Amino acid sequence: MRWPLQSALSLAAICAAGMAWSNELGDPEKGADVFRKCTSCHEIGEGAKNRVGPHLNGIFGRPAGAVADVKYSKSMIRAGDDGLIWTEKTLDAYIENPKALISKTRMSFRGIKDIEERSHLLAYLRAYSDNPSDIPEAEPTATGTDHDLDPAILAIQGDPEYGEYLASECTTCHQSSGANDGIPGISGWPTQDFVVAMYAYKRKLRPHPVMQMMAGRLSDEEVAAIAAYFRDLE
Amino acid sequence: MTLNRRAFIGTSAAAAVTLAAPGVFAAGHGKPRVVVIGGGAGGATAARYIAKDSKGAVDVTLIEPTRMYYTCFFSNLYLGGFKEMDDLGHSYGTLAAGGVNVIHDWATGVDRAAKTVALAGGGSLPYDKLILSPGIDFVEGAVEGWDVSAQNAMPHAYKGGSQTELLKAQLMAMPEGGTFAMVAPPNPFRCPPGPYERVSMVAHFLKANNPTAKIIIADPKAKFSKQSLFQEGWANYYEGMVDWIGEDFGGGNVSVDPGAMTVTIDGEVTQVDVCNVIPAMKAGRIAELAGVTEGNWAPVNAADMSTKADPDVYVLGDASQQGDMPKSGFSANSQAKVCANAVRGALTGSKVFPAKFSNTCWSLIDTNDGVKVGATYEATDEKIAKVDGFISATGEAADLRRATYEESEGWYAGITADMFG
Repeated sequence: MRWPLQSALSLAAICAAGMAWSNELGDPEKGADVFRKCTSCHEIGEGAKNRVGPHLNGIFGRPAGAVADVKYSKSMIRAGDDGLIWTEKTLDAYIENPKALISKTRMSFRGIKDIEERSHLLAYLRAYSDNPSDIPEAEPTATGTDHDLDPAILAIQGDPEYGEYLASECTTCHQSSGANDGIPGISGWPTQDFVVAMYAYKRKLRPHPVMQMMAGRLSDEEVAAIAAYFRDLE
Repeated sequence: MTLNRRAFIGTSAAAAVTLAAPGVFAAGHGKPRVVVIGGGAGGATAARYIAKDSKGAVDVTLIEPTRMYYTCFFSNLYLGGFKEMDDLGHSYGTLAAGGVNVIHDWATGVDRAAKTVALAGGGSLPYDKLILSPGIDFVEGAVEGWDVSAQNAMPHAYKGGSQTELLKAQLMAMPEGGTFAMVAPPNPFRCPPGPYERVSMVAHFLKANNPTAKIIIADPKAKFSKQSLFQEGWANYYEGMVDWIGEDFGGGNVSVDPGAMTVTIDGEVTQVDVCNVIPAMKAGRIAELAGVTEGNWAPVNAADMSTKADPDVYVLGDASQQGDMPKSGFSANSQAKVCANAVRGALTGSKVFPAKFSNTCWSLIDTNDGVKVGATYEATDEKIAKVDGFISATGEAADLRRATYEESEGWYAGITADMFG
């Protein structure tokens, strides 16, 4: 991966200030690795689009819940209305434990407890915020939409009633409230992301054995039906 | 028809609805009635789904004697010190709020001809469809020297709640270097990895608090669920502490003396400090009283969990004899949703979709070392038949084991939310 000029500059600035990696911003290269935890829902870089979560270009300085056409939780919108701005401090708190900052956030992520890991991640994110008009010419980093699925499969309109029945098998583990207590919430996902993820399990590209097994026996119509049901679940 | 007032103390919303309801039925109101007996993973799920999905078109009553449900799943983690008892308790209030009439009473009999359920508190409840999810009882005389009157001296701790607390108290009171004995059950039984996860959790506790203590297991089986995973863990974490005596070494030839606190395995008498007797199991007694059992269990049709004996009586979970699924909370929850879909369809004409079942059982071996086994199932004419499955491998990386444990916590939150709303 090529590294944007401004991250090199900010690194230089940090080193000059004698803060190395331990404080505040860390190592953006290491942060790129940490960001893999985020890529099933977030894109960053040139051409980044909103997926399950908003794109993260220019996140520093942006008010919470402010990207158009993103399905935010009411709590996130309210936090933005109340004046929450994403800064190093607020992002650090949010990434450490999302629910501590935004109690009913739709971001179904347990958080990163390790302060160093967070500092690396923040350094990586910062590189795409320092000068948003100059987003580096890298591919969007998200893998959630990397696929070569037959468009016909993505075009199937699922039967929500069948989806509701089939989804009852999912909700033994995935809470319909979207809460994550160790197993991620899947409510409110865009249909395409849901279908792509299920096929990644069916093809055993995603590694989880329970999900490979559960997805493995679903027909194309059944995947579409479940996707349609969860899309509309608040 | 009369109902005893005592039955309604507890969830007041449920009480108000139910007090009015019998009169309505007596007047010949056409709303179909489902009675569910037993508020565990099968019964609570079935009651909740029928009430939720029928949007008030079906009258759903749940009969459950206890006010709080303490899950048997994860109770081993309480023994190991990973969970508090409060973490395992769930109120029926959310079900009542979700439209289920919750009656805290014992069902004492079923009149299948009249289609009524008798209650210990007096009176009876009519039903169009009856769902039994009573869990397990123990086979009398299964372990020589033990019966339920000995369960204080030698707890089974195989139903969640006070028995689990008793076993933990006895474990904590063990003298230094003492002996913890377990009499393991024969197949089939509730939660196949359960006794062996329990051994792991007891060993975890003893290693920290009483490291010279010993654990012996008398087992009538030659092998057990996740055996290689557990034995690998016992060797890694609890070397020399755990002595498993399987069928080949006389583990099935066992008797106990609760007064003297001795266990006799294949003729050899051992003085023990704690003895956890998990006897052979059978369907909860109401299934037998309803006349839907054959032998120890209730045979059911795989497509909808209706009993072979009566198409209007369904049996879920541990009490059912359905085929390939293990007896587990996950299985009961899975079966409940298939059953709820079928029962609602039969009563309201809603669409009935084909049965699909699944199960996963997670077990904790030591801190952050979780393993799992799971499978998917389908309904055939003969039984619930296994389609596909997986199991954790020995020698897995620590990160994966930790992720598996964290996932099990997510599942616990998920299934209890699915049961109670």
